[in-house]
Amino acid sequence: MSEPANSQWETVIGLEIHAQLATRTKIFSGSPTAYGAAPNTQANLVDLGYPGVLPVLNGEAVRMAVKFGLAVGAHIAPRSVFARKNYFYPDLPKGYQISQYELPIVGKGELEIVLDDGTKKRVGITRAHLEEDAGKSLHEGLPGMTGIDLNRAGTPLIEIVSEPDMRSAKEAVAYMKKVHTLVRYLEICDGNMQEGSFRCDANVSVRKRGADKFGTRAEIKNLNSFRYIEKAIHFEVQRQIDLIESGGKVIQETRLYDPDKGETRSLRAKEEANDYRYFPDPDLLPLDLDEAYIESVRATMPELPDEKAARFVSQYGLSPYDAGVLTASREMAAFYEDVARRVGDPKLTANWVAGELSGWLNKAGVEIAASQVSSERLAGLLLRIKDNTISGKIAKEVLEAMWASGDDADTIIAEKGLKQITEPAAIERAIEEVMAKNPGQLAEYRSGKDKLFGFFVGQVMKATQGKANPAQLNELLKKKLT
Amino acid sequence: MSLHGKTLTELAVGLKAREFSSVELAQVFLKRIADHQAALNAFVSVTQEQALAAARMADAALAAGRAGPLTGLPLAHKDIFCTEGVRTTCGSRMLDNFVSPYDATVVAKLKAAGTVMLGKTNMDEFAMGSSNETSYFGPVRNPWDLKVVPGGSSGGSAAATAARLVPASTGTDTGGSIRQPAALTGITGLKPTYGRVSRYGMIAFASSLDQAGVLTASAEDAALLLGVMAGFDPRDSTSVDEPVPDYRAALNQPLKGLRIGLLKEFFEQGLEAETEKRIREALAVYEKLGATLREVSLPNLPLSVPVYYVVAPAECSSNLARFDGVRYGYRCESPRDLMDLYQRSRGEGFGAEVKRRIMTGTYVLSAGYYDAYYIKAQQVRQLIAADFERAFKEVDVLMGPTAPTPAFPIGAKTSDPITMYLNDIYTIGANLAGLPAISVPCGFVGELPVGLQIVGPHFSEAKVLNVAHGLQRETDWHRRIPKAYA
Repeated sequence: MSEPANSQWETVIGLEIHAQLATRTKIFSGSPTAYGAAPNTQANLVDLGYPGVLPVLNGEAVRMAVKFGLAVGAHIAPRSVFARKNYFYPDLPKGYQISQYELPIVGKGELEIVLDDGTKKRVGITRAHLEEDAGKSLHEGLPGMTGIDLNRAGTPLIEIVSEPDMRSAKEAVAYMKKVHTLVRYLEICDGNMQEGSFRCDANVSVRKRGADKFGTRAEIKNLNSFRYIEKAIHFEVQRQIDLIESGGKVIQETRLYDPDKGETRSLRAKEEANDYRYFPDPDLLPLDLDEAYIESVRATMPELPDEKAARFVSQYGLSPYDAGVLTASREMAAFYEDVARRVGDPKLTANWVAGELSGWLNKAGVEIAASQVSSERLAGLLLRIKDNTISGKIAKEVLEAMWASGDDADTIIAEKGLKQITEPAAIERAIEEVMAKNPGQLAEYRSGKDKLFGFFVGQVMKATQGKANPAQLNELLKKKLT
Repeated sequence: MSLHGKTLTELAVGLKAREFSSVELAQVFLKRIADHQAALNAFVSVTQEQALAAARMADAALAAGRAGPLTGLPLAHKDIFCTEGVRTTCGSRMLDNFVSPYDATVVAKLKAAGTVMLGKTNMDEFAMGSSNETSYFGPVRNPWDLKVVPGGSSGGSAAATAARLVPASTGTDTGGSIRQPAALTGITGLKPTYGRVSRYGMIAFASSLDQAGVLTASAEDAALLLGVMAGFDPRDSTSVDEPVPDYRAALNQPLKGLRIGLLKEFFEQGLEAETEKRIREALAVYEKLGATLREVSLPNLPLSVPVYYVVAPAECSSNLARFDGVRYGYRCESPRDLMDLYQRSRGEGFGAEVKRRIMTGTYVLSAGYYDAYYIKAQQVRQLIAADFERAFKEVDVLMGPTAPTPAFPIGAKTSDPITMYLNDIYTIGANLAGLPAISVPCGFVGELPVGLQIVGPHFSEAKVLNVAHGLQRETDWHRRIPKAYA
């Protein structure tokens, strides 16, 4: 399913992104936050909501939230307040979640996204606040029962609330990817969507193009992959349009996306929604941050993706597209810069890192950090292109072998005898053999069928197992054929 | 003098001098608890074995010269404090089966100081009550007259201390829960400044008001205990990092020139005539000591009760949400589904007063009512705090009655919650403003004791204790023990 083309309807989307902060311990207790431990082994009395226990704020979580705020140009609140969001659920041990409500730590900011056609768009960020995550309810292997795992309870989250500025699923995905890149740059979130470290709720509505009021929105909960977000929004938009066009009305409700069926379905209507009875948490003092503190955090800010991409364009002469790809993660950018420095050819390096190597990474489904070919090894390969030892085409073959074996380029070139043939005599010899074997084609070519030139290039390459230097081959072939 | 007739301070001296051992002391008081538990119902749990073990260790420390000022002294903890390995019920069926896996900071500090816990005292359920009649474990009776209440919510601690079943006990005070029972049982009850003593491990009722304190025979005893209990706790963000003075060393300061403010509003609002006479007599003692009296008006103070009954229930409705039958505590029989588990566990586990406050609190926090109730109450709370601050620019301490009447008969006010709530009319102000306050005995109306309340500025416990001690040097009300327990 795709965006409703040239429709009279306009889609309006706002996202609430939940990013787990990469602190060592929980936001209000000293329990570790590591993922994947046996159920309830990383929950202490505070996380379990025992009688009498009290929360104590983790300063590291505050620092990370401030970093995010600074990265989106937001106002950092000199005073923010933790509030209790009250509701009953078995995976919520205290019967309330400690969050921020009226006074969040991060105020208004914005991010710029780049769409596929290269146009740029600003997406407003309404606010971002600190809160604790809940535990998990487990059903598998527990017939007739529900298990509660409170390992995740109390994991710090930052909830990033956007303005309803997005007008298509693609924009929503672009925005979410942008935030994803940013939090990983800032090293405040590992961005692992499978483990739920980065997930979002999407508020989706439609309205007639040109209307100034927003339509009634539905909230799609807990989307944890870029693909699901796109699909869920597409489904939801179509559902709302169909509903309105058939005389129905969209109701404000919370919906869940079912990735197996590819549809959203109602979880609860607004009337059934909880009244969370927010009020300031009397166990925690207001969080006061002074200018000196904020400046001390600012001093630790890394170069951000947009700044880095702009620098890649100006410093290395890359296209904005390549710069975007190469700055998608801090590790990717660092890898690129290391290779470029070793090779001394930023454009060649960009083509290979953003092209071939990324292809192998994607195929293996791994991040650059887990690349089979290190930056040093890739540089070794590119240097062999630069010094004409091998052609670009052969280099692809070498890279494939490097990826599989882990050997360096020179070893593979030597073992497989892939060194380029650059002696004119050897190339001429190969050309002559080909000409002798193909008298018919030679005659046709000479009688004016120029297209056959490519045939002869191919035959000579075949005869040399692709090792003939392409530029030299072209030149010599032209000479011989005429 | 009998051992049980001595104050905690005197017992400390006797222990140091090896006149008696900690084990002997524990045995004396454990015997008294056993003899009088049936009549007073002051205890929920008696921890005889642990007590004797702790007493033996204390004796070893005393023998080895490793003893601190509290080593070997017996006491009881209000059953609101979590005690490791010991049932901690908070006076509720909800926690009837709850054995705490950890010690509250107050308990841990007193344990580390070598005190010997004899048991856990009865209390109003979740500290919600002014008469100790809301306890799941039945009402506590006042040792001065078994037909009347001991006050609440620290009624078990008050009755046990007044009858000298223990020389001292801990309590908590959210709206008067230490001072009012101390007044009604003729003992000394100190509520420190909010943040002076850690709340960690104290089962929360209303977090912004709750404060741990002590119920003792004298101000001197209170000073002795507070010195150990007070101080910043990294586990409680609302505890204050303020140095702890030597409270005992600050006693015996002359009271000449002390400026005492009389809370005008307290003498106007429903104060029983004989009770007022006892208060005035105590004030005369202070005048004799060179203090000056002047009337002080805190115009917003009469709003204390309505403000309190918005703020405290609001916080309690949230604090008590964790008691859901899922992880610990009471769970109903064979729940059909999650909703049934919640509804019946909480419906059966909580008593009527707790439910009333949870409902009140849920209501005032609800969308559409929050601004009119909760926000408004917080605003008035600020005004009340400002009234006190203004008053303390003119006077050193404020004085008035602790409770409007002496102890009332069991059952007299249970059918009318508002009348019951008005019992705390004089004590709530100090909680709303976070101020230290003490109640000291100042005479009797008939057979029943009357308490004088002394309120000071933030962190002025040393001054408040000194002022209270001044009265106790001149009078012996605090040495009176009900005849049946003498």
